[in-house]
Parts: sequence; structure tokens; C-alpha cells
Amino acid sequence: MARTATAPGAPKTLAGRAALEVDDRLIVAGPLRRTLNKVFPDHWSFLLGEIALYSFIILLLTGTYLTFFFQASMTEVVYDGSYAPLRGVEMSIAYASTLDISFDVRGGLLIRQIHHWAALLFMASIVCHMLRIFFTGAFRRPRETNWLIGVALLILGIFEGFAGYSMPDDLLSGTGLRIMSAIILSIPVIGTWAHWAVFGGDYVGDLIVGRLYIAHVLIIPAIILGLIAVHLLILVKQKHTQFPGPGRTEHNVVGNRLFPTFAGKATGLLLVVFGVCAGLGGLVQINPLWLWGPYNPAQVSSASQPDWYVMFLDGSTRLFPAWDIYLPGNYNIPALFWPTVVLPGIIFTLLLAYPMLERKLTGDTASHHLLQRPRDVPVRTSLGLMAITFYVVLLLSGANDVIADKFDISLNAMTWIGRIGLIILPPIAYVLTYRICLGLQQHDREVLEHGIETGVIRRLPHGEFIEVHQPLGPVDEHGHGQLAYGGAPVPKKMNQVGGARRAIRGFFSPIEEPRAVELEQRGEERGLAPADPHRELTSSGRPSEGGRPSEGGRPSEGGRPQEPRD
Amino acid sequence: MTASNTRPGTTGGADVPGPLHGGPDDDYTPEQLAALPREELDRLGARYDGVEILHVEPGPEPGSALEKRAVRQVGTMFALAGLSAFAFVVVYAGAGWFLPNWEWQLGSSTWSVLYTPLLGLTMALAFTFFGVGLVLYTKKLLPHETAVQDKHDGSHFDRVTTGATLVGGLHNSGLKRRKLITRSLAFMGGGLGLMLLAPLGGLIKNPNRGNPLGTTSWAEGVRLVRDDGTPVRPGDQEPGSLETVFPAVPGGNRQTDAATMLIRLRPSQQADASFRAGQEDFGYGDYVAYSKICTHAGCPVSLYEQETSRILCPCHQSQFDVTQGAKPVFGPATRSLPQLPIAVDDEGFFVARSDYIEAVGPTYWNRERI
Repeated sequence: MARTATAPGAPKTLAGRAALEVDDRLIVAGPLRRTLNKVFPDHWSFLLGEIALYSFIILLLTGTYLTFFFQASMTEVVYDGSYAPLRGVEMSIAYASTLDISFDVRGGLLIRQIHHWAALLFMASIVCHMLRIFFTGAFRRPRETNWLIGVALLILGIFEGFAGYSMPDDLLSGTGLRIMSAIILSIPVIGTWAHWAVFGGDYVGDLIVGRLYIAHVLIIPAIILGLIAVHLLILVKQKHTQFPGPGRTEHNVVGNRLFPTFAGKATGLLLVVFGVCAGLGGLVQINPLWLWGPYNPAQVSSASQPDWYVMFLDGSTRLFPAWDIYLPGNYNIPALFWPTVVLPGIIFTLLLAYPMLERKLTGDTASHHLLQRPRDVPVRTSLGLMAITFYVVLLLSGANDVIADKFDISLNAMTWIGRIGLIILPPIAYVLTYRICLGLQQHDREVLEHGIETGVIRRLPHGEFIEVHQPLGPVDEHGHGQLAYGGAPVPKKMNQVGGARRAIRGFFSPIEEPRAVELEQRGEERGLAPADPHRELTSSGRPSEGGRPSEGGRPSEGGRPQEPRD
Repeated sequence: MTASNTRPGTTGGADVPGPLHGGPDDDYTPEQLAALPREELDRLGARYDGVEILHVEPGPEPGSALEKRAVRQVGTMFALAGLSAFAFVVVYAGAGWFLPNWEWQLGSSTWSVLYTPLLGLTMALAFTFFGVGLVLYTKKLLPHETAVQDKHDGSHFDRVTTGATLVGGLHNSGLKRRKLITRSLAFMGGGLGLMLLAPLGGLIKNPNRGNPLGTTSWAEGVRLVRDDGTPVRPGDQEPGSLETVFPAVPGGNRQTDAATMLIRLRPSQQADASFRAGQEDFGYGDYVAYSKICTHAGCPVSLYEQETSRILCPCHQSQFDVTQGAKPVFGPATRSLPQLPIAVDDEGFFVARSDYIEAVGPTYWNRERI
């Protein structure tokens, strides 16, 4: 048996002595042990936020590299770099230095493209993470603060991304900036003043790229970094949520300790995220701005789309009708104001306020650490699907000219499809989702009451045919199951309750004897102890993942979450 | 560490812990701990952190076929990651040295086109193999344990005692009674806050000085020139065509609001052309000139479909009919494109008769008042 030390307080190894020296000075052994022992629940959907964190790390690293070469200046120069087609063309230093990064810095194009791809991934993983939080109710008390921080990060990410892709001062980004200028001008009363404050005068001036730059590399990233730190601190303090299941309660977390299992998996994911971004950055071209040319207010290319996370606003701008509002005194509110300022204002206010709204409307003020299955909260799930439908119509409308072109549809028809779809599709999504949720709920209860359909048809003595059902637990005198629904998945196939021999392990060739597996299975049927009686605590309950879901709901104990066993 | 130390500068040898010192060190002597096996110590520490290790499924049997196989897999992954990383370095540093030059050339060889993809591919493989190897290591070689950590609610004791400390401090400060201090503090806070915000005033500029939004460089007698500076004369354009023109002033072709479309109508278009009230004579013969800056969001409207006489803005798909005074006929734009009054000067070139009579570009709050 290995010993930590043979004599009290006197480590023998070099590492041990070094650790002692460190702890003598910093007293970190206690906090370090608490950190290493922290338990993380094991579910794939808990990794979405991690992907956002890792892509942010990529953004910091590649972004810092890019600042070595990018010059945020709008001074006009004549390009004289290696990209021959633009040589001799007048352009801003910002655009010229971006061309230099792409053509004259060794490996610069790779880093620039990784940066852009990582930004898209950052926003995408934030949105996916947020959807997971929403549909499982993880934002409920006590986690409203982290929801607010999350929405703030989403909004900051949009601004950060916009500032980033507007800086190179190419034709596409300049067009985006022109629209932003019009949006600022459209704000009632203070619009022109705000525009003069942001741009330092009339559009475009010579300040805006420098201002976007400092916002993009210092102000917004610093706030994002600070908010991420608070987000993670609160997460550690409040501990993770978990899905209901055997042994899981409101007062515990079941899973793996940080060290070494979780740390190994998380580092693996970090590396895979790095790998995916590097692969995209090297192999998939993104924003080839040397093709767009320098910004020229009199030029534009068709299919000018923003990055995907701003595209829903482009869509709303395309769909909104031409409604200027004229007020007495010859003042007016431009049509542009509603889809670009008011609409995102409403969307993000609702998003921010949702936990408080739900708390108010349901009266549920209790603390929750166990997650909900979306089907069990049909109203919230349906509202979420309704919002997603609304968003997707806007998103697709942001590309309606491309869709019209590729599918040979009238552009005006696309606009009308978007306008009508925006109004009638969300309610349809609500109703459909609600029905599906109720149906899924009902089926869960049905299986709990009548058992699993076995597919075995039996003919009764008087000629009636019935299908044999496998109860999941004890039954009453009518043969009805007595299990209550516990918020966890209910097995619905015989294979999930051990109806078939588990798959033999091995990818290309089996790595275990089929005979041994069969023997093991027979042993279990005879009531012998299974090989790993506790596995179902962490697995999804599918035999393919080694779970033994016949105990997934632990029928004998009603399938409800229980106190942990020793 | 703790041997009695009476050298100058120490506390004089008072090396006895106070009564509040202690914790688990009192429960377990170094001798007791030294007698425990490592696994026990691990579980003991975890228990102090509220973590119970329910079950450990050991990794594969040392020396078993399963273990050898897993070790081989993980080792292969790490080796492939290292190989890819070295390949990255070779491509990165070798280009232009013992490999062909990496710089992109117009119509160049395949190598310079492949440089960035190769870098991306090797880097991606290095990271991904490393990551996959690590995940395989965790899944196949490490013991699988199931741990349960207790989640504590807020402690009533902590709340009460912390509250007492806070309220005690506030009470001792006497701020409740010493009104002069609180009032002067509030006054000072307001002043300091304003002082710190005041420098942002440097950002504020008056947009209404000299009507910059309502005027452009166009003026009476300013010629219409192309991007390259050449003037335009009637007859240069085919009927039904469109040309972008700029005011003949220095830098006119880069100004954000001056770009103008000079359109020569076909006879059929001209026959049923209508104009905005009071602007019927702004054109010249079969020529009309409209601002190129969209009245919706300021993009240059660019796509002219001759058959339908429509100009499309590619940003938000507003459509303007040039035979109806560039009236918006579809999409989110609300106002017609402003029309530039044009004429022909003594030398036969197009000139503007004045600036636009209204603000070009997107609508804003007090646009109608200027």
C-alpha cells in the first residue's frame, strides 16, 4: 500500500518537499484540495458553455497576435503590398494593414481566419448554452444573476463582433458601418447628437475605426472578461445543476471530481475546440476582404450580409414596412428605428427579465438545483420554441436575397413570406410544441402505468389478442404500475431495460468474448450481482453507455430522487 | 519550520498557537495520518469537502489486453498530435527556405495556395489528436468514480453574525446621528460623479451647426464627373443606362453623400415618366439625376433593372421607380431618392443647377425642419 510519508511531516520526494515549501508560504493545500474535490455532473449539454469559454480564449490569443500588425487608422494611402490586384489603389491604412496580415505576414491569414471563426463559434455556443439553460429551467432561483450575466455577455458579444468586423474598412464592413450610422441617426430626439458623439461628426469622418478598435480590443473584452470571471465564480459558489435521477437531490451533485476525470475531459474538449477552429481557419475561407476592395460610399456588392449573429437585425430591417411617423412640428420617427433599436430592445429586455417574469407568473420562488425536462414545463418550452421561430424567420430574412437568388423565388415574395411568417408562425410553433409536450408527458405516464410494449402478442383463451406489457415496477391488483413520474427519462424500449444482450464492446473488432458477455447477462438474470451496480448514477441509462436502466427509475423506490447511498 | 527561534526580529519565541488554531489538525495527528494509506487519505480529505466517493470502478487490469490496447490507442493519438505539430513547424518555417515560397502570387503555383490550408490542417490535427487522446485516456485508462457532493444552503448562523458585524460597524461610525457628514458625503458624491463624467463632454458636438446633414458639395455650375474625373455630356450614355457621377470638387468621388446616379431614360420610359411636384424640370431632356444614397439606411442603391425601371438597394431591398420620381415602390424605404436639378454648361457638359433641395440619405428626427 502506498504511503504519503513514512515519517510525520517529512516528505521524502523532491516534489513533496517542494510542495511543502510552497504551502508553508501560501497555505494553499486546503483550498486546492477543495477545488480538486469539486464534483461536476456529467452531461454533454453542460459543455456548451465551456465551448464558449474556450473560443473566447482563442479570441484573446489570436486577437492579441493580430494587434501586432493591425493599424486602426483611416488615413488614405496607396497600397503597395503583395496582393497585386489592389496595388496602386487608394485605401485606408486599416484596410492596407489587414491586407498585409493576410498576404505579407507569415501565417497571418491563418490567425485572422481562426479569429473570425472563433468569434462565430463564441456567439453560437453562447446561444446554444442559453437555450439549454432556458429549456431545462436552470435559470431559476438561485441562478437569476448568472442568467442576467449570460444575456449581458450575449449582447456584448454582438457589439464586440460588430466592432471587430467593421474595423478592416473594406467595402463590406463600410456598408455595415453606414447602416449603423443610419440606425444611430434614426433615434428620435437625440439621434443626430448621438451620431456626432460616436463618429465625431458627419458620417464617416476619420475617427470611427480608431474608436471601434479601442472598443474591440480593450473596453468590451475587459468587460466580457470581468463578467466571465463573475459568471464562473457564481457557478462555483452555487454548484452545478443536474438532471433528476437516482441518488440526485436538490442538496447534492452527483458526478466526477474535478481531478483527474473532469479536468481530463474538459482539457480534451478545449483542445478539440482549438482544433476545430484551426481547421476552419486554415481550410474554410472566411471574409476574403481582398475581394471586396476598400470602402467606397458609392459602391456596394449584392448579398451584403453581416455575420450571423447580427443577421436577425438585418432581417427585421428588411421586413419592417415603410412606416415613417410624422409628428407635429415637422419632427418624425424614421421607420428604421423600430426594427433596429426598438425590436432588439424588446427582445433583450424580455430575455433579461424572463426568470423574474416566470417567477412572478408561476409563483415559484423556491430554490431549484434539479433541472426540468422541457416536456414537463410545456408553457415555457412552447414560449421558447415560439421565440426561436420568430428569431429564425428574422435570421432567414437577413439572407432573403440569397435565398431568392439560389432558389429562384421572387425577392418581393421572400419579403412577404418573412412578414407574414413572422406573425403567424410563432403561434403555430407554440400550439404544436404544447401538444407535443403534453403527448410526451402522457406517454411517460402511460408507460409507467401499463408498462413497456414488448411487441409480444398473446391470444387469450376466449380468442382475444393482447399485447404483453412489461411493467417497470410493482403493480396493483389491476396490473397497473404504481410508479410515480420523477422528472427523469422513462425507459420505453425493452432493450433499455435489459431486453437484449448488451452490445459487445469494440469499434472495428470485438474486444471482449461474446460468450463472456452472455454469461454475465445470464448471471444477472439469476440475480447475481451485476458487474457495476452503481453505474446508472452517471450514465444516461442506455445499455450502450454501460448503464443498467432497468434500475434507471429504481422502481422499488418509486423512481423519485433519493438520498445518496453509501 | 517551527523550532524555537530566538534570533532578533522574531516574536521572541512565542511560538504557541492561539486557542482558535486547530481544525482537522487537532483530529488527526501526523502519526495517524502517516499510518493511513493514500486512498484513505484521499477519501478523508474529500469527506471534509462534503464529497462522498460512492463507487470506483477501477481502470483496466494492469498488463491486461484491454489496458495494452487502450495504451496503444492513447499513445498513437499523442504521437500523431506530435507529428502534426512538427509538420506545422516544418511547413511554417520551411516555406521559402527548403520549401517553395509561401507568399501568394497572382496566378501562382499550387504551393502558395496550399500554404494556409496546410498550416490550418496540421494545427487542427495536432490539437484534435491531443484532445481525443486525452479523452480516450480519461475514458479508458482512468478509474471511473461516482462522487456525490453536498450542496449547502445559506447558514443562518453566518447571516446573523455577519449582519451583526456590518450593523455594528455602521453603528460605531455614528453616520446615522452625524447628519452633517452624511449630507456632505452625498453632496461630494454627486460632485465627484459629475466631475468624473465631465470629460466625456469632449465627445459631444453640435450636429446642427451649418446643416452638415442637409448639404452636399453639389452647387450651381458644379460639373457631373465620373469616378475618374471625366465630365459627362449628353449623348455619352445609351438610352436606358445608368452612370454614377460625382461633383467636380477635390475628393468628390469619395464623399459619403454626394454620389449621384445619372440615368438616361428610354423613350418609352420618358413617355410615362412623372416627377415630384415642383421638380418636373429638374431633368435635362431624357436625363434625370437622383441621389445614390438610399433614403432608408444610407447604402448606395446600385442595381438598376431597365425593364422595370426599378433601382434596388442590395442592403434591405428597397425599390425605387425612376419613372415616378424615384418613388419607393417596395421595401422599407419611405422617401423618394432626392433629385438633383441638372443642366448643360457652355461647353456642353452636365452641371448641377443647385445642391439637392432636401437632405440626402437616411431619415432623422428633425430632417423636415432644416
